[in-house]
Amino acid sequence: MARAVSSRRKIGFTILGWIVGFLIFFPILWTIIASFKTEAEAIAVPPSFINFDWTLENYITVNTRSDYPLHVMNSVVISVGSTILALCIAIPAAWAFAFSPTKRTKDVLMWMLSTKMLPAVGVLVPIYLLFRDWGLLDTRTGLVFVLCMINLPIIIWMLYTYFREIPVDILEAARMDGASLPKEVAYVLLPMAVPGIASTMLLNIILAWNEAFWTLNLTASNAAPLTAFIASYSSPEGLFWAKLSAASTLAIAPILIMGWFSQKQLVRGLTFGAVK
Amino acid sequence: MATDHTRTAARWMTAPSIILLLAWMIIPLAMTLYFSTLRYNLLMPGMEIFVGFENYAYFLTEPAFITAFFNTLIMVGSVLFITVCGGTLLAILMDQPFWGQTIVRLLVIAPFFVMPVVSALVWKNLLMHPVNGLFAFMAQSIGIEPFDFLGQAPLASIILIVSWQWLPFATLILLTALQSLDQEQQEAAEMDGAGIFSKFFYITLPHLSRAITVVILIETIFLLSVFAEILVTTNGGPGNASTTLTYLVYVKALLQFDVGSASAGGIVAVILANIVAFFLIRILGKNLDK
Repeated sequence: MARAVSSRRKIGFTILGWIVGFLIFFPILWTIIASFKTEAEAIAVPPSFINFDWTLENYITVNTRSDYPLHVMNSVVISVGSTILALCIAIPAAWAFAFSPTKRTKDVLMWMLSTKMLPAVGVLVPIYLLFRDWGLLDTRTGLVFVLCMINLPIIIWMLYTYFREIPVDILEAARMDGASLPKEVAYVLLPMAVPGIASTMLLNIILAWNEAFWTLNLTASNAAPLTAFIASYSSPEGLFWAKLSAASTLAIAPILIMGWFSQKQLVRGLTFGAVK
Repeated sequence: MATDHTRTAARWMTAPSIILLLAWMIIPLAMTLYFSTLRYNLLMPGMEIFVGFENYAYFLTEPAFITAFFNTLIMVGSVLFITVCGGTLLAILMDQPFWGQTIVRLLVIAPFFVMPVVSALVWKNLLMHPVNGLFAFMAQSIGIEPFDFLGQAPLASIILIVSWQWLPFATLILLTALQSLDQEQQEAAEMDGAGIFSKFFYITLPHLSRAITVVILIETIFLLSVFAEILVTTNGGPGNASTTLTYLVYVKALLQFDVGSASAGGIVAVILANIVAFFLIRILGKNLDK
């Protein structure tokens, strides 16, 4: 607010703001704390908050579980792979929509968005059966493809809203100077589009990393990413809270950090440019 | 600027994405439609016969469907109510100047980035567990009997978990919208003697209305597909107490292998989602014209 705010008011909001922030963040903080406890301490009543023997034991156990690196790799390959694949398909399309719009461009974009609203269960059965017949169940290839398809509309839309802000005059100037289409893209468009492409990429890696419908239903073990690995802790016999916490902390930390950096893009991407 | 040359190029550039999305949408959906008219169970291969609308008749009259339908409505409705109201209040709070604002904002939006499986398991075990959970300990220390959240009130507990995940989303979007609010208008209103409440109802809320609409519609799309949270906490139970439409279709398809029923359920879910999507597309379409 532009006017001077009384400092008493500011102190009040500071206290209120921090309490609310702490409460909302608490489940995550509690998970991080629990990840440094022993299994006995993690389920102890009354629980200890800081005064316990901090241990890295859980992180070591999780990391030495023979299949853990595989699941991490699966998560990385699937989220990054599907995003890059989708970007390769989306960049030319978004470029064309933004710079050579036709009468139908708007309808096409709206239609693309509408495919995103198709509920996953509507196509679960055929996708499952097709994947079974084609031997794609529990493969990274299959998941990369599925996640690419479900995020493609968001990617095209995000890129479109970024590309639309690039001034057309510059492209025309380049064309006047005799730049061919590939040159126009490489030397004029891409440098200006890189920030938009980067934030689109970031948001979609986050979405793909956390995706938990297809990753749980189409994988069993070989291609199971961290979502499925952590879901395996839900079985009643697997009540290892400290290890669950350590695995969870490791799974959310990179995404949390990426997410914090892409706050603004998140709003834009998830509202398809409706709120900026 | 569109010469014939660029127009042809544009067509080639958009073709792959259009063809892929078209195939992705039409082929599986057509298959779902086709399967939904068959009696088709994966445990009895080769026994498929055409039964017309029988699957729909079964699915729609089944008690599990009625329960799942209302559970879905209750869950989506409650989460929307909590996140929109809470998100508006939080956004207003985050918009006030205070010390450490940037850090608090990071803390508030953090839950959105936690993968659904993790948030569900953390809430289920570390917080809501009736014996060892933190809530049980807190209840005991003030002398209340610990409550078995997921056993006694499964749907409400899932609503709580999902709301926690989506509150940051609503807050972030409403905060972004709030930041474009005209300060001078606010100050003018203040000079005219408008109190906090009249300022909120006559200036802030109308300004936020479009952002709120967007939040409601987008959250609805995602909330209709909530799956992992139910899978790892209650498995839809006890009984069908926390089964939603999405979860019911999953049970039919991948646990009971009843392809016919599951497909009919899938089509029902598609129709419901389309009703929501219809409004969303219209609002976003209007927005694009500006």
